[in-house]
Amino acid sequence: MSAPLRPAPAPPVAVGLPPPRRDRPPLPSRRARAAERTVGAVALAATAVTVWLGLWVTPPDQVQGNLVRLVYLHPGVAWVALYLAFGLAAVASLLYLWPRTRSLVWDRLAAAAVEVGVVFNVCTLVSGSIWGRPTWGVWWVWDARLTSTAVLLVLFLGYLAMRRIPAEPEVRAKRSAFVALFAAVDIPIVHFSVLWWRTLHQGATVLNANLSPKIHGSMAWTLLLGFLALTLVFVWMLLVRYRIGALEDWLGGGELELALAERRAEGALPEDGSTPAEPLGVG
Amino acid sequence: MWRDAALVAGKDLRIEARSRVALSQVAPFGAVALVLFAFALGPDRTLMAKGAPGLFWVAVLFSTVLAVQRSVAVESADGARDGLRLSGIDPAGLFLGKGAAVALQLVVLEALLAAGVLLLYGARVEVPWLIAVSCVLGTVGLAATGTLYGALSAGLRVRETLLPFLFLPIAAPVLLAGTRIWQAAMAGGTPSDGTVWLRLLVVFDAVYVALGVVVYGPIQEAA
Repeated sequence: MSAPLRPAPAPPVAVGLPPPRRDRPPLPSRRARAAERTVGAVALAATAVTVWLGLWVTPPDQVQGNLVRLVYLHPGVAWVALYLAFGLAAVASLLYLWPRTRSLVWDRLAAAAVEVGVVFNVCTLVSGSIWGRPTWGVWWVWDARLTSTAVLLVLFLGYLAMRRIPAEPEVRAKRSAFVALFAAVDIPIVHFSVLWWRTLHQGATVLNANLSPKIHGSMAWTLLLGFLALTLVFVWMLLVRYRIGALEDWLGGGELELALAERRAEGALPEDGSTPAEPLGVG
Repeated sequence: MWRDAALVAGKDLRIEARSRVALSQVAPFGAVALVLFAFALGPDRTLMAKGAPGLFWVAVLFSTVLAVQRSVAVESADGARDGLRLSGIDPAGLFLGKGAAVALQLVVLEALLAAGVLLLYGARVEVPWLIAVSCVLGTVGLAATGTLYGALSAGLRVRETLLPFLFLPIAAPVLLAGTRIWQAAMAGGTPSDGTVWLRLLVVFDAVYVALGVVVYGPIQEAA
């Protein structure tokens, strides 16, 4: 019926699905998996101990009461988001752009760091807001640090947006590395401009006055452990995201061909209307 | 490099002189923005005069997005971008040329917008040279960053939506500095307030112009 419209039937060999991929997916070695699991377990344990110390063992603060317990979480999250994650992303992007060290390893590392960093950045803003509402009476203050944290978040959301645009892995890596580079260069400028923006016309803001009360004893240790625990959580998330990124890159190459071949195979039904032979070459 | 830059800038400006897209579309857009800001703030002239510095720079920033998109669009058809790359023009010259063309158009636009702000919002300026210097410095930074992101997003189908998202946060320091300098110039008497911000603009310009000269070639390969 619609036979004239159909393109000339391809020879049966070309119609079938492509043979299954012979190359193995980039699965990590047994030792790497073990290391990843160990980091995860230690991170979980450290977080649990921090929660226990922070909620039950340490005393409430004289001025802030129970609100002080956020101090075990918030600075650690901010440290991971603002310094560790985005610093790592900037260095990895630079290493990718440098021709001698160009490798998709750096690209995946930068992407993983930004993605995890954005999550931590949002956590920083949210936990800061939760602390700010009872302390300052408002969810948000146009303080220098808050503002530059928010700008940083937007800059790296742009990085993720650029990454979502489909392209060859090398092209995508180069593009996103440039975005990271421009953003990283901007961060100190944003930092100082926002600092002067807030401080040229008024004195020290609320944030500087109260956030660093004298800390000692169990509180100091809990704070320190919180930093360690969150750093470990970051490293673990980074490792997992990196592994997934490598697998995604491996899969990305074949998906389109597979889908095309499937559509072609659908179009090439036998004349009697029966379904094509089941196996077709793929499992 | 400089000769190439002059050639490219001359080409872009000639296209603009014959098509008048910036003059007939981007500049009116800036004017529309000024009127809309006035509607948003209400008819209170003191409030408008107070907000004038920031509104001026926001209008400039939005217009920059349009100017950069136009600068990318003139080379998007008929493989003109590849033609430019193959013509042996120094990438650094290409960057400087395209940036200079955008900057020149922006300076004209800023003059119009400044006149609009002074007339419509009733802003009074005590130190006019401070504003002139800040406009030139701010424009160099905006044109440099805009050209870089324009090149980066040139080959993408989503460039119209991606460019503002990438470019505007980067340009935030220019907005802050430009606004503060305007405020200093309007208040008068406190030039020290302004000079700190002028220095920030100089640093911003130097960083992104230098970065563009170095990386524009590789960016073209990635686009």
